[in-house]
Amino acid sequence: MTNAVTPTVDLHNAVVLSGGFPLLSGVDLQLLPSSLTVITGANGAGKTSLLRLLAGLVPLSEGSGTVAGVDLANGDLRELRRRVGWLGHEGSFYDDLTVRENLTFAAKALERPLIEIERALQRVGLSNRIDTVTKKLSAGQRRRLGLSWLLIRRPEIWLLDEPYASLDDEARTFFDALITDILRSGATVVISAHDKLKSEALQPRTIVLGGGRIVSES
Amino acid sequence: MIRTALLVFKKDLRIEMRSRVLLWQVLPFGVMALLLCGIALGPSRAGNSSAGPGLFYLVTLLVALLMINRSQSVDKTPGTKASVATLGLDPAGVFLGKSLALAIELWATGIILLGGSVVILHTSLHGAILALPSVVVTLAALAVAGTLYGALTSGGDGAATLLPVLALPAFAPLLIAGERSFSAALNHGGIWRWWLILSVALSVYTAIGILLYGVLEES
Amino acid sequence: MMKQLSQRLFGPLTLIAMGATLVLGLWVVPPDQVQGELARLVYVHPSVAWVALYVSFGTAAIASALYLWKRTRSEVMDRVANCAMEVSVVFIALTLITGSIWGRPAWGVWWVWDARLTSSAILGVLALGYLALRRANDDVQLRARRSAVFAVLVAINVPIIHFSVQWWKTLHQGATVFTSNRTLLIHGSQAWTLLISFIAFTMLFFWLLRYRYRLEVQRENLAGASLEEALASRRREGTQ
Repeated sequence: MTNAVTPTVDLHNAVVLSGGFPLLSGVDLQLLPSSLTVITGANGAGKTSLLRLLAGLVPLSEGSGTVAGVDLANGDLRELRRRVGWLGHEGSFYDDLTVRENLTFAAKALERPLIEIERALQRVGLSNRIDTVTKKLSAGQRRRLGLSWLLIRRPEIWLLDEPYASLDDEARTFFDALITDILRSGATVVISAHDKLKSEALQPRTIVLGGGRIVSES
Repeated sequence: MIRTALLVFKKDLRIEMRSRVLLWQVLPFGVMALLLCGIALGPSRAGNSSAGPGLFYLVTLLVALLMINRSQSVDKTPGTKASVATLGLDPAGVFLGKSLALAIELWATGIILLGGSVVILHTSLHGAILALPSVVVTLAALAVAGTLYGALTSGGDGAATLLPVLALPAFAPLLIAGERSFSAALNHGGIWRWWLILSVALSVYTAIGILLYGVLEES
Repeated sequence: MMKQLSQRLFGPLTLIAMGATLVLGLWVVPPDQVQGELARLVYVHPSVAWVALYVSFGTAAIASALYLWKRTRSEVMDRVANCAMEVSVVFIALTLITGSIWGRPAWGVWWVWDARLTSSAILGVLALGYLALRRANDDVQLRARRSAVFAVLVAINVPIIHFSVQWWKTLHQGATVFTSNRTLLIHGSQAWTLLISFIAFTMLFFWLLRYRYRLEVQRENLAGASLEEALASRRREGTQ
């Protein structure tokens, strides 16, 4: 008798169309809990589209799949969105609100105690910026704010769109440590990146996308 | 729903207070539009016309279009849109919160433009004060309908130009009812039927928004 | 069998009804005592307006409401709503044109600030807005949902716009066919011709709708065929 683990992500020939153009042209992918996967590929290969599909932000056009137990074809995508955490490379918050106001909005929306804001900011090292207006933060600080937003959310699946872009070495080391902690908690982490991850601390599965589908993996 | 509405309402107003787009961009546009109305009427009629109420509402409508687009755009920057979508907010609450915030912004703008039409177009101050209750209801209906039409057009190609095409014909009854009730207030006439249209529009748009706002969300 | 037969006969029957309206309206019915030959527009304008404002808007609104209701949601409803709204634009344009032609000698100008004319024009812009909205969204499902909500809003707006403009001002002649207490205003051959014209233009609407629907299905099939090509081409990008 085997003790099979249910995949958090299970895609079969997933196709995503935008105005008739296939952003994803048939992706087969299974991801397990506590796994780290890096999706790489050239510009336009479909990295962000795959993450957006997993987040329930774009509908599945053809094929089938489940993410966090939600059927992508017929399930409630709003419910899926509640179960995943998304960190976009553009920033993930209201620019005209302060760090505290942004996180208070997220915490109240998720019915989490406000004390978690302090904890999350301490965890990402942004406590000293709590009353700074978000648009005045640097790219790295914005990324940290995005992570604290996700720490308050505690999602089952973390979808990080190019989180390492324009980060210095110190920030990269910090990110590695945080991802290690997230994996220990049992969550699934999916990262999109231009190149393979140059991290000694993390041993991810790397998937290379090309033309909207998986062309190789290691 | 009410909890989400209050959360979104406070957030939208706070963003407006900090960015001051309303104060530095929308209001100057409204005042300029009022001045242009006077210029279009000509020197002999600019301060001596019965068109004041209509022009006030026309300018308010143009200003409202800018504010509706602004109200939608604060949630639609690429990163924010995705992150907020994953918060799983109740769409009916979002609709009510955004509508209420927009209504307050429209009321503030409306009062200033009303003052402007008294000064620039020589609309009777006494009549303008009498018309205030109907202005409040008209602008509330505009805010509720505007939030609905704003969501309908947001994210699509040419959202900023599509909004007037879809919303202005639907706003026409509000403009008519608002203008007529304002004119009736100036002339001490009956305004009940205009109140009826405004109340029906406000109730219908609120009900539809609560029921269908979630359907309008992008996938 | 019966369905096929009725589908085949629908086109010829529409043609016969339209022909009958033409012959009766132009030659058989005598000219009006007051308006003379101009009154023959009564066999075109009211029936075209009936189709534009009630039949086609109603069809689009019902199909849209059925699309929004989960139990009856299907691509068929979305297509019907879209096609009905497209046909309604044609009929609204015809309503405004025939109304202007009729109004020019009666009122002395092509356009007057009349309640029905103004509200028809506003509804025409709303119908055009519906078509613009469909073209602004690439995502098929989002487009269908948003269009359906807008069509329902348009339907709700029809009475609101009608009464607001009616109360605002009206010049239009009163009811053409019935008085307010449902008594017939016209008689004999005039009444029959008018009735036939209503039936003919309603049939014409459904005939146009049917062919526009077929065209839409063919267009979607074509898009489906080109999708296979697009997928193959996209996959090739990955191997280059």
